Amino acid sequence: MIGFQNVDFSYEKDRKVLHDMSFGIGKGESVGLIGANGAGKSTIMKLMLGLLGPDSGRVLIDGIEVKKDTLSDIRAKLGFVLQNSDNQMFMPTVYEDMIFGPLNYGLPRDEADRRVDEVLGRLGLEYLKNRYNHKISGGEKRMAAIATILAMEPEAVLMDEPTSALDPYNRRIVINTIKSLDQTRLIASHDLDMILDTCDRVILISGGRIAADGPAEKILTDKELLEANRMELPFRFAGR
Amino acid sequence: MNKMQKALAELAEMDELAAMRSPVHRLHPGAKLITTIVYIMITLSFGKYDLPGLVPMVLWPAMMFSLSGVRVRTCFYKLRIVLPLVMAVGLFNPFFDRQTMLTIGGIAVSGGVISMITLMLKGVFSLMASFLLMATTKIDSLCAALRKLHVPALLVSLLQLTYRYVGVMTEELAVMTDAYHLRAPGQKGIHISAWGSFLGQLLLRSMDRAQELYSSMILRGYHEHFHYADIDRFRGRDALYMLISVMFFVLLRYGNISQLVGGLVVR
Repeated sequence: MIGFQNVDFSYEKDRKVLHDMSFGIGKGESVGLIGANGAGKSTIMKLMLGLLGPDSGRVLIDGIEVKKDTLSDIRAKLGFVLQNSDNQMFMPTVYEDMIFGPLNYGLPRDEADRRVDEVLGRLGLEYLKNRYNHKISGGEKRMAAIATILAMEPEAVLMDEPTSALDPYNRRIVINTIKSLDQTRLIASHDLDMILDTCDRVILISGGRIAADGPAEKILTDKELLEANRMELPFRFAGR
Repeated sequence: MNKMQKALAELAEMDELAAMRSPVHRLHPGAKLITTIVYIMITLSFGKYDLPGLVPMVLWPAMMFSLSGVRVRTCFYKLRIVLPLVMAVGLFNPFFDRQTMLTIGGIAVSGGVISMITLMLKGVFSLMASFLLMATTKIDSLCAALRKLHVPALLVSLLQLTYRYVGVMTEELAVMTDAYHLRAPGQKGIHISAWGSFLGQLLLRSMDRAQELYSSMILRGYHEHFHYADIDRFRGRDALYMLISVMFFVLLRYGNISQLVGGLVVR
């Protein structure tokens, strides 16, 4: 579904953020992208979405190379949940935000309406439909942001820190929602307990390179590996 | 809640007012837009000394406030910053135009005073009509109506995005003002020495946020034009509203209602 082939990227000349990065994510996989601040997690996601272009190498989504003329097709396949839901929800109401994407992709309004209702029903968020974005709580906003993406029926969902700044109750709701998705999932986060709950596989990034790639359970219990890459064990394993 | 947060809440309240249900809210946005424009044009067309003719123009906004359920107090409260500026427009007229136009109870009233009041009322009535339009019509519906009236898509998108961008900037300003005051206790406002960096930071921060918002939009298929609200088609009742309103304006403009009403009570 997602492929990185020898990708190099730099924001500034002579300061590479990603070095010769290659990996692949299969359809339906749930992958956690972890690494210290500045490791390059968000950059990887932005390259997939075509918000940034690689210096060299290729990024492929469902076999299509991410290029200027394929962006529309690529973005129809990917849903991106931003770290800050306030930046994702820019319309007055949750309903208007949810219908924004489907309408842009040419869906008739009644079909888009049906999708909005279906997603809200699936997530148990019917009560949010006509609420104003500025009047809902942080947890509700995060769930609504996920709903706006699901209403587009993407083939893969990318999430940047989906549980940041959430209380334990709302965090658990978001985790259960992520677990219930059947799309390909790529989740960038420092919340390693959440990664362990939602992902089968983990890619550990360090200094713009892949430091480890394998089963979540294996990588997230490897104290030495994590500490060598400025990470710590998930809280549930702390003290081991 | 600091001033900026209050401003943000007030901005959001406009969306809530526009989502109310009333006969005026249900009217076609295009009909309301055109009627408002005609009202403003007719209001502005009164001569500078035609105060008696102008005053009855308040009847239309008064009726609309009553029918829409939007409170007049809300209008004046939200326009409290702009109103004094509008009122100040003719402030110097009394100094330049001293010719006595009428005498009330022995007090001479100059042409300057009358033209000042006329100018003020024109401004206030126009603002009231504009507020009514915004308070009874969602911005999306208004943009949809503008597109139906063949206003270029670029201009309409610009209007829509500006409306949203004001909110983004105000949010950033609210956060920065809070951060400033937490480290500058007892200070009123922002000290002049901090204005440069404050404004610079505000610009950079709001540009960053705007970039994020824009990314969120293009990732959801935005292609430089909005799919505006699905507005109802123009119905008979909308045409009737426009017709009656415009006829009423023309009657007020050329019928000299003040003289008519005055003639009923004074011989």
